[in-house]
Amino acid sequence: MISVLLILIPLVAGLISFFIKSNNAIKQWSLFASLAVLGVVLWGFTCNNNCLNIDTAWLATIGSRFTTKLDGMALSLCLLSAIVYPLIFVSTYKNEYHHANNFYGLMLLALAGLMGVFVAADALLFYFFWELTLIPMYFLCSRWGGEKRIAVTFKFFVYTFLGSLLMLIGILYLYYKTPNHSFALTDFYALHLSVKEQGFIFWLFFIAFAIKMPIFPFHTWQPDTYEQSTTAVTMVLSAVLVKMGVFAIIRWMLPVFPLAVSSNATIVIVLSVIGMLYASLLAIKQDNIKKMIAYSSIVHIGLMCAAIFANNEIALKGVILQMFNHGINILGLWIVADAIEQKTGTIQFSQLGGLAQKQPVLAILFMIMALANVALPLTNAFIGEFLMFSGLFQYNMYASGIALLSIILAAVYTLNMMQKVFYGNTLQATENTTEISTNVQFALIVLAIGIIVLGVYPQPLIDLSKDTVMFILGK
Amino acid sequence: MNAIIISALMGVLLMFASMATSNKQIIKNVAIVALLFLLCSNIADTYSWCTIKVNTRDMFVFTKFGLYFNSLAIAATLIYVLLSGNEIIKTGNYAAEYFTLIFFVLCGISILSSFNNLLMMFLGIEIMSIPLYILTGSAKKNLKSNEAALKYFLMGSFSTGILLMGIALVYGASGTFDIHQVAPIGANGLQHAPLLEVIGLLLIFSAMLFKVSAAPFHFWAPDVYDGSPSVFSSFMMTIVKAAGFIALINLFYIKADSLAQLWKILLFIVIIVTLVVGNITAIFQQSVKRMMAYSSIAQAGFMLFALYAINDVSKEGILLYAVAYTLATVGIFAILVKIEDYTLEGYNGLAKTQPMLAFVNAIFVFSLAGIPLTAGFFAKYYMLAAVIKTGGNAGIVLVIIGVIFAAVSVYYYFKILQAMYFNEGDAKVNNVSAGFKYGLFLLALTIIFIGIFPDTLINWFYF
Repeated sequence: MISVLLILIPLVAGLISFFIKSNNAIKQWSLFASLAVLGVVLWGFTCNNNCLNIDTAWLATIGSRFTTKLDGMALSLCLLSAIVYPLIFVSTYKNEYHHANNFYGLMLLALAGLMGVFVAADALLFYFFWELTLIPMYFLCSRWGGEKRIAVTFKFFVYTFLGSLLMLIGILYLYYKTPNHSFALTDFYALHLSVKEQGFIFWLFFIAFAIKMPIFPFHTWQPDTYEQSTTAVTMVLSAVLVKMGVFAIIRWMLPVFPLAVSSNATIVIVLSVIGMLYASLLAIKQDNIKKMIAYSSIVHIGLMCAAIFANNEIALKGVILQMFNHGINILGLWIVADAIEQKTGTIQFSQLGGLAQKQPVLAILFMIMALANVALPLTNAFIGEFLMFSGLFQYNMYASGIALLSIILAAVYTLNMMQKVFYGNTLQATENTTEISTNVQFALIVLAIGIIVLGVYPQPLIDLSKDTVMFILGK
Repeated sequence: MNAIIISALMGVLLMFASMATSNKQIIKNVAIVALLFLLCSNIADTYSWCTIKVNTRDMFVFTKFGLYFNSLAIAATLIYVLLSGNEIIKTGNYAAEYFTLIFFVLCGISILSSFNNLLMMFLGIEIMSIPLYILTGSAKKNLKSNEAALKYFLMGSFSTGILLMGIALVYGASGTFDIHQVAPIGANGLQHAPLLEVIGLLLIFSAMLFKVSAAPFHFWAPDVYDGSPSVFSSFMMTIVKAAGFIALINLFYIKADSLAQLWKILLFIVIIVTLVVGNITAIFQQSVKRMMAYSSIAQAGFMLFALYAINDVSKEGILLYAVAYTLATVGIFAILVKIEDYTLEGYNGLAKTQPMLAFVNAIFVFSLAGIPLTAGFFAKYYMLAAVIKTGGNAGIVLVIIGVIFAAVSVYYYFKILQAMYFNEGDAKVNNVSAGFKYGLFLLALTIIFIGIFPDTLINWFYF
């Protein structure tokens, strides 16, 4: 019931958006719709299993059913999407787009796809929604954004499409392995595949998810896409969309290929750690706020991927917690980047400086985001990263040690940005800057409160992840 | 038997229609009514309400599968005539004759869907092909059209000759034309069959691959599809090609688990070469029409998956694939003929000048690329599922190569999307009526409907 509403509300609202002509009305409408989704998610926390989920016939001849499963992990990601969307709409309320109705319509359709991915408990349904997020994203990234957007988005699309098709082969293979030919998640969990089969199907799924996350060496689409897209779209991409990959590994891979996960863990962790260090170094070299944030996102996602494959209780709890936290933190960074771009017209470090004098509120709020990005204690990221590192440490000391370097490097690039952008003397671009608008302030303050509250008292989120982790490890 | 007899009769009827009236609109409407009648009679045949019975001495076996395919082919032709009828009658001076030829093609298709005898297969192929040679050359004043017709005719005749040769050899070796007694086609293995028969079967196989434009017998396809008038190329590369596949499936579908090893190896190579040639060459085309011609080769590669797997899933799948591919291609061509400039630049800015056309065209493109929520996704899904179901490492390798090329195909299909939505320009579209737009919109809705509930289409196959 709830899960259907989560998909239907943004879907219908998005379709209606295409017919709203007034720019103001469309902004209010999409904000209203996203708040309605948030309301439904909050309602979901008070519900029991029966009102959360649905199981109804869909494709009888194939054996696919419209089945959903809203466990703690899925619920926390739905909550993340439902929080991120209104904040995006609020903070970018002043931004003008050509064909605004199409823009907001596509944004809402993407939300419908995302919700579908998080709730689906049928592989074919999951695949459907997985692809359906991609189509609105393709249009959003190609139609609005920087000059090179079309080519860049195209690369992103073809990459992810190829990944999804490989996953489809994997899904079909598992489908024919199930005794009653079904796509149900529970039937997939009940499969007993041979080591050889697992090792092979594992990669078909993993490549699809690794491209989405992205994990080194499949990450090449990401920095360009983040930089070229409109910031609102980038926020969706980095705050929620990449979580699809992390989420999907935990839900669709860990319990289905336990043997392959443990035998391939070393390779994946090594790739992730290489990616983390590589992206950290690249982030330090950037002269562009957006690219720096993009690379820092690769670092954080890499850590999540490594922690998943450590495959113990602490690490998995950390990953589920950090998925939520990272979504909030990176959204904050993007809102700051967007505010700076809107006010000064540039996002190059070299052209910025002394913003703290002109925008003291932004500087303070950014400080909180920056500290969260470095995972300082008392910010939400600390808890998640601490759990992940200790889980990784249990698995392998050296991997954890090398990965820890990324935290030091994170401090280098984040504080470097802080220093170059906010302190020092004002430059030509920043001379006449004024304080950020109340909309942006509101969004950032909400995020900052979230960061600190979850940093001090993360227990509710950890409790939320408990049932998922116990289930997966129990399997 | 209804479809075979009535389509031939309708063809003759339309031939004489041009004597009765010179008004092309009337002729078009007569053709539409005749198609409707044909469709109804074939459906009646499917459920044995009203069947013309002729003792064919087992030369035909009318299965549900074949009759259902007839219905789909006739319905697709109907949609095609409804959408592009006005373009058909504009092609040349002889409107009635074009419809006559289309009916004769349908007659050939109905034979191909139900033959049980190699001779009947030969007849079906000939009845289907000869009208096509004429349709290809129907733009009489156009040099390219004439060239295409001549090429198609010469190449087609050669392939028919090879087919006949193959049939003769098989007959010589086995003493029968009955496809069920030419057993080695199936799983029994070719190693015990006489060499004569193996060679004969190989010749038949190559000739059929020629008809469905699979590599390495595809060289005629781009020139012919590109050269013939656009309205007819969409007909040729969809409904006619699908009929070729049905003939192949009819020929090879024997109640056995899988094909003999020789066929599997051959098909494996043919599919990969077809996918490579079709997809890679399509990338470099500037003309949308020529790109669609190469993409039709690529799609043929995907349809061959059904033949490789040859099980119940592939039977359902080939029907779905034929429908999905036909609907999308017919739609794209209906729009293409309205745009004067066939290059990709001709599509620039279509979303601004004709948002509705751009939207439906986007749906058609999605369907061809196999994006979920469109019929094309389930078409590809069934092809992959069929091969995975037969199992085997070679099958897995094949599907992986298949999806890589599916991703490649996105590259050129989406060029159309990019031109329509993201490039600046003002695409010129000629006289688009409201009815045409709504027709296309309905077509797009059908594609989406099949994409969400493919069951509806497949259930008919069983009931």
